[in-house]
Amino acid sequence: MKGLRNYLNKIKPNFEKGGKYGKFASTFEAFESFLYVPNTVTKCGAHIRDAMDLKRTMTVVIVALLPALLFGMFNVGYQHNNVALGLTDTTVMQNFWFGFLKVLPIIVVAYVVGLGIEFLFAEIRHEEVNEGFLVSGLLIPMIMPVDCPLWIVAVATAFAVIVGKEMFGGTGMNIFNPALLARAFIFFAYPTAISGNEVWVAGLKNASASGMQLVDGYSGATPLGDAAAAMSSGAQSIDWSMSTTPIDWFYGFIPGSIGETSTLAILIGAFILIWTGVGSWRIMVSCVAGGLAMGGLFNLIGANILMDIPAWYHLIIGGFAFGTVFMATDPVTAAQTNRGKYIYGFLIGVFCVMTRVLNPGYPEGMMLAILFMNAMAPLIDYYVVQGNVKRRLKRAKANA
Amino acid sequence: MSKVIKLRKGLDINLIGAAERVLTKCPAAASYALVPDHYRGVTPKLLVKVGDKVKAGSPLFFSKEHPEVLFTSPVSGAVGAINRGEKRKILSVVVTPDGENQSEHFDVCPIQELTRERVKDTLLRAGFWPMLIQRPFGIIAQSDTTPKAIFVSGLDTAPLAPDLNFLVQDQGEHIIAGLEALKKLTDGKVHLTVGTDTTAGVLSRIKQAEVHHIEGPHPAGNVGVQISQIDPIAKGDIVWTVELQHVAMIGRLFLTGTVDMSKIVALTGSEVVKPHYFKVISGALISSITDGNLRTTPETDAKTDGHDVRIISGNPLTGIKVPLDEVEGYLGFYHNQITVIPEGNKYELLGWAMPRFNKFSVSHSYFSWLFPKKKYNLDTNMNGGPRAFVQTGIYDKVMPMNIYPLYLIKAILAGDIDKMENLGIYEVIEEDVALCEFIDPSKNEWQAILGRGIEQMIKELN
Repeated sequence: MKGLRNYLNKIKPNFEKGGKYGKFASTFEAFESFLYVPNTVTKCGAHIRDAMDLKRTMTVVIVALLPALLFGMFNVGYQHNNVALGLTDTTVMQNFWFGFLKVLPIIVVAYVVGLGIEFLFAEIRHEEVNEGFLVSGLLIPMIMPVDCPLWIVAVATAFAVIVGKEMFGGTGMNIFNPALLARAFIFFAYPTAISGNEVWVAGLKNASASGMQLVDGYSGATPLGDAAAAMSSGAQSIDWSMSTTPIDWFYGFIPGSIGETSTLAILIGAFILIWTGVGSWRIMVSCVAGGLAMGGLFNLIGANILMDIPAWYHLIIGGFAFGTVFMATDPVTAAQTNRGKYIYGFLIGVFCVMTRVLNPGYPEGMMLAILFMNAMAPLIDYYVVQGNVKRRLKRAKANA
Repeated sequence: MSKVIKLRKGLDINLIGAAERVLTKCPAAASYALVPDHYRGVTPKLLVKVGDKVKAGSPLFFSKEHPEVLFTSPVSGAVGAINRGEKRKILSVVVTPDGENQSEHFDVCPIQELTRERVKDTLLRAGFWPMLIQRPFGIIAQSDTTPKAIFVSGLDTAPLAPDLNFLVQDQGEHIIAGLEALKKLTDGKVHLTVGTDTTAGVLSRIKQAEVHHIEGPHPAGNVGVQISQIDPIAKGDIVWTVELQHVAMIGRLFLTGTVDMSKIVALTGSEVVKPHYFKVISGALISSITDGNLRTTPETDAKTDGHDVRIISGNPLTGIKVPLDEVEGYLGFYHNQITVIPEGNKYELLGWAMPRFNKFSVSHSYFSWLFPKKKYNLDTNMNGGPRAFVQTGIYDKVMPMNIYPLYLIKAILAGDIDKMENLGIYEVIEEDVALCEFIDPSKNEWQAILGRGIEQMIKELN
């Protein structure tokens, strides 16, 4: 490995200011610091520093995402082969491989487009490339329907990175969660690509054209879709399609966005995030509390079948778990004070369930709840910090 | 025993190389010096020229901003050099000792009969006034103000910090006299905060001040934290702080009438062969203390690409990096500790992804939480590149003050004076945010940023 280091040392001058490839200084730095922790030493202030840096922080989040991602890949194959087509002889590996081939292109597109823009902006600003997109670039595929056209993923990613992040100054400065912004962009610009019953299972949209032999009566609807359909048709009870049960929802054997279906896999991720301190347990706990509280309130009112869905169902269907663990906890866009985090998380849970139950147009509410609270987070923090300021002013007054 | 202040927030960083409780009398250093940069906001105006004979306590320069504040020689000898840097800025005023131990003399009277005017006058003339630090902002005390209280910290909790009880083990009566003299300077109280484990030491016997007990991790020993627990600073308040060994020096001055700036420092750090305590005189040349005590000789490495070790006057969190030369390589006026740690100017293959058992971190993504007693050999590597603030909620865990550190630092970055004031800049100086800087995964320079904020505040208020 010494040779690699020597080679890097040899070519490094080319990438410094005034060097042959001086324009690519940030790009070189990004790859070099990926390979080697740089040899920079402290110049002022504390002479020793904690071993934690943003590279490792982001790596922890990626590791936490892996269980949900791997299950998601498997589930893409499972939903396609076993549920939609009714095959019974596919193995776990076959299902996984089917899903892997479907999901990998989406990941590649998100990373190439997003990182390309990040590198470009870093060069323009003469800054080091920020690691933030390593997480965003994985989150974006995981909240997409598997059949989302790649060009839409590319456009949405570009929009999220440029408008959501770079316009504000890059990672750490953004107001909205970039990954959710990408999804919201598709939701409003290309609604047919991300809503309805057909988009959640691979190949379902063009099933008749491509000659897929579907199981009788198969619709591809998600549990939330079932609930919304029952509501609009005026049914007396919700008919869960493919007769899935809450235990299926918890394990994740249901259609949905790629990474969101398995509450179990997401819980493993949540454990990693909380244990390493990278994700805020305050937000996760209060978000669940908020969802349960709102769901419970609707149960008490019980005016229609949507209100009668047991409160805890909400936690394991749709994007609630994924949003709670991986989206709401983004430290940049969440509330930043500890007290603020409780309020922020609680309200996300409340608004998510409220949107699901009261909004007849669109069955899922997590995305909009988080984006809305992203916008509100600075206001929450303002009042929390203001409490501290008031105490300080009071003390000054008592002295005077 | 009064009520014990218990801190839960904070962080103890266990490093290799704590000083053993062994005291060596250091032979006289080759030279002694005052470095104007060791004091905040002092523009030196010289009173001597090279070759002038001086005694201990003879003024070398005064502060242009406050001409009554004199800075005096710690030893008797001759002015050996006045080192200047860019734009003829004075880097250091060096005194070469003559070994005669002559001192300026000041009239002595029983401590009880001292008046405020007399204490002030003596401290100013003897060059002891810079020992009084004023909060807000950590500047040298303004002699025309009367502080609401004076705070002395009786423990140091920083990494590798010396045991203050050991430093002043035979200074009991000097400290008592010093505290009595300090009492004359305030209408309020003189507070002394000690640790809970110092039941046997000198400090446990002191009754001449309002004694408080504190326990908990670093920064429990920081006087700023103690102030915030005992009697927080509000807008308009002025308090003074004095370092414990300086209290003893002040006591000696009023008991004997002579200037004796000798003190004990700990030589610590993983690069020291046998870390222990040295008796020295303030402003001593650091190489006179470190010579023969380091594992590697910096002279040989100096010829290669940079030093292999870093010499720090002070502790590894807040100290000053000093070169081993006769220009700036002197013990800091306020420091009780010299730390020598390895430089971290090395590359580490895929370090951010490795388990790194030998690295310390507050994050559980490393394994140092498994070994709370393990001592670490940390170097000066940044362990990452500078980024915008991303992580939240972690800084509060090492800040046992009623302050939102991230909001304060952002207010400073934005240059918003009103916000800085509202968020508590009066209550902190650089050392109070040193732990935030240590744990910051975005590698921001907290102490430097706060320093800029304080300078902006000082400018704005004048």
